[in-house]
Amino acid sequence: MDSTTALFANAIVAGLLLGGFYAAMSVGVSISFGMLDVVNIAHPAFILLGSYIAYTMNDRLGLDPIAVSVVLSPLFFVLGAGLYRVYYLCFEQRGQESLRGLAFFFGILFITEVMLVLVFGVDYRMSKTAYADTTWRLDALDFPMRLVVPFLVSMLMVVGLQLFLSHTFFGRAVLAVAQDPLALRLMGVNPIRVKERAFALSIATAGVAGAFLIVIQPVQPAIGREYIGLVFAVCVLGGMGSIWGTLLGAFVLGLAESFTSTFFGPSWAPAVSFGLLLATLAFRPAGLLGR
Amino acid sequence: MTNRVFAAVAFAVAIAFAAVTQLISNEYYFTAAYTVLQFVILATAWNILGGYTGYVNFGSAAFFAIGAYSSVVLYNAFKAPLPVMIVAGTLIAGLAGLGLGYLTLRLRGVFFAIASLALAVVLYTFVVNWDYVGGARGAYVLQPSEVPFGLPRYVHLLYIAMVLMSALALIVARTIETSTLGRGLAAIRDDELAAECSGVPTLRLKIVSASVSCALMGMAGTTFPYFLSYVEPSSAFNLSYAVNSIAMPLIGGMMSWVGPLIGAVLLGSVQQLVQVTISSAWNLLIVGVLLVAFVTLAPNGIMGWIDLWRRRGRG
Repeated sequence: MDSTTALFANAIVAGLLLGGFYAAMSVGVSISFGMLDVVNIAHPAFILLGSYIAYTMNDRLGLDPIAVSVVLSPLFFVLGAGLYRVYYLCFEQRGQESLRGLAFFFGILFITEVMLVLVFGVDYRMSKTAYADTTWRLDALDFPMRLVVPFLVSMLMVVGLQLFLSHTFFGRAVLAVAQDPLALRLMGVNPIRVKERAFALSIATAGVAGAFLIVIQPVQPAIGREYIGLVFAVCVLGGMGSIWGTLLGAFVLGLAESFTSTFFGPSWAPAVSFGLLLATLAFRPAGLLGR
Repeated sequence: MTNRVFAAVAFAVAIAFAAVTQLISNEYYFTAAYTVLQFVILATAWNILGGYTGYVNFGSAAFFAIGAYSSVVLYNAFKAPLPVMIVAGTLIAGLAGLGLGYLTLRLRGVFFAIASLALAVVLYTFVVNWDYVGGARGAYVLQPSEVPFGLPRYVHLLYIAMVLMSALALIVARTIETSTLGRGLAAIRDDELAAECSGVPTLRLKIVSASVSCALMGMAGTTFPYFLSYVEPSSAFNLSYAVNSIAMPLIGGMMSWVGPLIGAVLLGSVQQLVQVTISSAWNLLIVGVLLVAFVTLAPNGIMGWIDLWRRRGRG
C-alpha cells in the first residue's frame, strides 16, 4: 500500500473505531431525548462523572476502568431514576419542561462540572491499562487497542440495548410511551414508571461511556461541554429515537471527524459535529433513519 | 408610562447615576460595577428570547464573544474608535442570531437550544484557529493613552458606556414587552400552535426576537477587549456568561424587564463578593446551585414572590 492509500485507510479505521465510541456516548441521549422527550443536556456531565469514578478506581485499586463501570452501572441507574423523579415532579407534571426543564439540566451540568473541578482540579487525568499502549497491526493498518476495546464493548452495549428494547415487554412499553402515553395508561401501564426506568437506563449507559472516554483519552472536567453538540448531533443525524440510526449517525460523525483531523488538523475536529448538526437541521430534520 | 417617557427617564437616571458615581474614589468600584452591568445587559438580552418568547439560548457566551472579537478585528485593522466598535459588534452578533434563528427556529424549540450551545463550541474552535485575532494565545488590545471628557482613567469611560448600554438594553426590552411584537411573543410562549392558528406570524416574530436578543448580547461584549486589555478565547467564551445570563432572569423573574435587572444586580454583586473573598470556582458553584434551586422551587423568581405579596396585600 502506498502512503496516501494507507493514510486514507487508516482514517477510515480510526473513524469507525471512534464512531463506535460515539455510539456509546449518544445511545443514552437517543433514549432520553429521542424516545422519552426529556432533553437531558446534562448527559455529558454524567459521562464525565463515570470517567472520574473509573479513574479513581483505576488509580487507587488498579482496576480496569471498563470493568469497573459495568459493575457500577446500577449506581448510575439509581441516580438516573432519582433525577427523573425530580424532573417529573418539578417540570413535566406542571408542563414546564420546555424552558425551565432545560435550564434545570443546564444547571445540573454546570454543578457537576464545578464539583469535579473542586474535587479533582483542572489537570488532565489518565487511566492506566495493560492494553492502552499496544497497537495491533495489519499490513499498514493500525488498530490501537485503546480504541478497539471500547469499540467492542460499545457494540455489545448498543446492540444489546436495541435487542432489549425491541424484544421485551418493557422495551415495547418504552417505544409505546414515546408515541402515546395516554394509550399506555389505558392499557394499564404506568407511563411515569416506564419513563423513569428508561431514563435511568440512559444514565447507566453514560457511566459506561465515561469509562471508555478515560481509556481513550486524558480527561478534564470542562471537556464535557464539547460533547453536548456531539451527542445531540449523532442523535439528530441518525433519526430521533432510533438506536440503529444512532449507530449509523455515530459512524458518519466518527468518519467525518477522522477525515477532518487527518487532512485539516485535529484542532478543527470539534467544528465537524456542529456543521453536521446544522446541516441535518436545515435539510433533513427527521434524520437519516427517521420516520 | 409611554415608551418615550420611559426611555427619557431611563437615560436621565443612567446619566445621573454615572455622574454621581464618578465621585467614588475607590477604583475597584468601577471594575466591579462594569462586570455587574455587563451581566445586566446579558440577562436582559437573554430574557427577550427566553422570558418573552420561551426559547432557551445556551449560546450567550458565543454572542458575547462575537461582540468582543469583532472589536479585536476592528482594533487590529485600523484602531477603530469605541462607538464604531460598539455598533459593529452589535450588528454582527445580531446577524449571527438571525442566521441561527432562521436555520433552527422553524423546528421544535429544543433544537434552537442545542444549536446555540454547539455554536459556542464551533466559534471557539474557529477563533482558536484564527491567527489574525491571536488564536489560542490571545490578543492585546491596549487602551488609548488619552482619555476623553477629562475622565481620570479609561475604565471610567468604559463604565459610563456600560451604564448607557444597560439603559438602552432595558429600554429595548420594555418597548418590546409593551408593543404588539411583545404580545405576539407572549402568545408564542404560551401556546405556539394556537398563536399560529390565530394569525400570529410566529416564525417572523421569533427570528426578530432572536436577532434583537443576540445583538444586545454582542453589544455587551464589544467593550470587553479594552476592559481587560487582553482577550483570549477561553475568557471571551467563558461558560459563566451562558449560565449567568440564564440564571439571572430565572432568579429575578422572566415576565418583565425588571426581573433580569434585579437578578443581575443581586447575583452579579454576590459573585463579585464571593470572587474576592472565597474563590471563583465556588462562585460558579453558587450560581449553578441557585439556578437549580430557583427553577425547581420558585419558578417565577423574586418578581413572583413580590407579585404574590402584593396580591395578598390587596386581600
